[in-house]
Amino acid sequence: MRFLSNKHSAPTIKLMLALLFGITGLTIASCGQKTEDSAKSADTTPNAAAPATGEEEKILNIYNWSDYLAEDTIPNFEKETGIKVRYDIFDSNEILHAKMIAKNTGYDIVVPSSNWGKMQIDGGLIQKLDKSKLPNWKNLDPTVLAQLAQLDPGNEHLVDWLWSYTTVGINVDKVKTALGDMPMPENTWDLVFDPKYTSKLKSCGISMLDAPSEVFPIALRYVHKPEFSLVEADYKAAFDMLMKVRPDIKRFNSGGQIEDLASGNICVALGWAGDFNLARKRSIENKSEQNIEALVTKMGGYMFMDTMAIPTDAKHPNNAHKFINYVLDAKVHAGLTNAVTYANPNKAATEFVNPEIRNNKTIFLSDEDVKNLIPPGNVDNATRRIETRLYTQFKTGT
Amino acid sequence: MTKLARFSQSLTSGKLIVIGVPMAWFLLLVAIPLLIIMKISLSEMEATSVSKMISWTNGLPTLKLNFSNYQFIFSDALYVKTYISSIKYALITTLICLGIGYPFAYFMARAPKHIQPTLLMLIMLPFWTSFLLRIYAWKTLLVSNGVINNLLMSLHVINAPLDMMNNSFSLTIGMVYSYLPFMILPLYANLSKLDLRYLEAAADLGTSPFKAFWLITVPLSKAGIIAGSMLVFIPAVGEYVIPELLGGPSTLMIGRVLWDEFFSNNDWPMAAAVAVVMIALILVPMAILNRAEAKLEEA
Repeated sequence: MRFLSNKHSAPTIKLMLALLFGITGLTIASCGQKTEDSAKSADTTPNAAAPATGEEEKILNIYNWSDYLAEDTIPNFEKETGIKVRYDIFDSNEILHAKMIAKNTGYDIVVPSSNWGKMQIDGGLIQKLDKSKLPNWKNLDPTVLAQLAQLDPGNEHLVDWLWSYTTVGINVDKVKTALGDMPMPENTWDLVFDPKYTSKLKSCGISMLDAPSEVFPIALRYVHKPEFSLVEADYKAAFDMLMKVRPDIKRFNSGGQIEDLASGNICVALGWAGDFNLARKRSIENKSEQNIEALVTKMGGYMFMDTMAIPTDAKHPNNAHKFINYVLDAKVHAGLTNAVTYANPNKAATEFVNPEIRNNKTIFLSDEDVKNLIPPGNVDNATRRIETRLYTQFKTGT
Repeated sequence: MTKLARFSQSLTSGKLIVIGVPMAWFLLLVAIPLLIIMKISLSEMEATSVSKMISWTNGLPTLKLNFSNYQFIFSDALYVKTYISSIKYALITTLICLGIGYPFAYFMARAPKHIQPTLLMLIMLPFWTSFLLRIYAWKTLLVSNGVINNLLMSLHVINAPLDMMNNSFSLTIGMVYSYLPFMILPLYANLSKLDLRYLEAAADLGTSPFKAFWLITVPLSKAGIIAGSMLVFIPAVGEYVIPELLGGPSTLMIGRVLWDEFFSNNDWPMAAAVAVVMIALILVPMAILNRAEAKLEEA
């Protein structure tokens, strides 16, 4: 860079500038540090090429969603098996998917949502499970297995970690105040999709997921189009509907809704039911006065299952199987649900789930409500581009 | 002397090593990665991999170049609009940084010599905290139930919280805050070398201090202004972290579009094409300014 080397500048300044850049570079690099470390150490292990039948070194690298674990899940597994776990987190399927495509993630267990898992199976990035190593498989609920089999025929690759659905969450008191004498709508989705309601709720804050692939299936159903349509005109119709409420939406984000609801920054959200219950739990724990509730809609939300899978190039597939089997243990799986208020697919676990969670009809839905949900599905790359493009335009509001 | 002889002489004099190290650095960490990105931008995305550019049929290589990504960028108004908005925010940031940074650097350069190192250190001090943390701290200041709003409301200056977060205001504050030191340091380096006798002469000849500043100090510090502006403008165009944390849906910048191409659309070639165009957009003003500076040095 020539402009740095002009004769006016003193050498000390150049050094300081170099330092400045160096430090900024370092801080940014350190965001990805944790992940790289574990990936690196997994790569350089001497037993990396050990045959699957032989004894693996006692290491397991897991990549899972943030806020998705009970405190004792990992320590108990380490105690039980002597396997040391490295646990890294992500907050979007997109990030996980990009890592999977780049290969050599260094992880032995990843937890994509089932529709992304399907893409990864099709791309040969996920290996088949050896069910003989999973004696606890029998605990799984056949109805959930059947749902999952629509994407993963024969349930050969994916095991559900926890599941939930996309719906509307509200701050009950604030919404009541904002709506005034207006009653709650017949179709709950009107709260976020009908200008009649959004124009009133604007005053206390509406938030939507920053994830086109999760909002469009619902928006499409709302305008009476197929949820996983491959027709561009259908997406245009959903987009036109969304644009009418755009001026009333305050925020687009996925990871921050728990915090925003619990602190009263927003009063209505299109987001994950599990997160709304978690926000409720947190605001009760923090004694904040926000009364958060997840709503179950008659029209139905978008069901998602976050599934455990073993990457094709995993270095410790045996340990990964041990971990999956451990999670499928009734008490462990119930522990997860108790901690993060997401439903588990484990029939045997139900009796160990805290009664207030077990009886919460927004976490463990009734059979009829499950039937109303949009099951996980997928679209092709070209359609995904249309979704992203329209959603970007929706967000900018132009 | 033949060229070869001259070359071997330069080898012995160690010139090659002196030039070779930075050249190797440049090749390895700038030129080659850039070429790889350009190569990816000319390929196509298959389900979970990037298509191969050269395929072998019957022992003969076939080269397949795909320019559709570049066509697409200029056919969809989204990209052009976002490039323009990125450059707009980078320009605003640069101008504000210059406006704040110049007097800052000026007084630092005029401060007593023994406290100047301390002042420099104070400019550097914020960098001891993580960049992410500092940006996040702005969030707690600016949100509707944040420090500033709560203070103003308790003092009854305002009745309803000001909307300062997730819009162009918060974005600009974050950008100016983060890039200000990069403006101040080159300006300070330049201004501290200013020969004060020019100003004395001007005063002796009856020029007012204000006029002398514009006629002497500013023109002589042109090199510092150019260097500082480049250091701020170039990284600001491609900034991703600050718009993500402090910007809102209406402040779309090219970094986010790149993210969407790469992660949401899962289209690496398109993401690479967007990046290549961005680099080209930055290179043009840089070349112009660099030439201006070269002229300045000749003069």
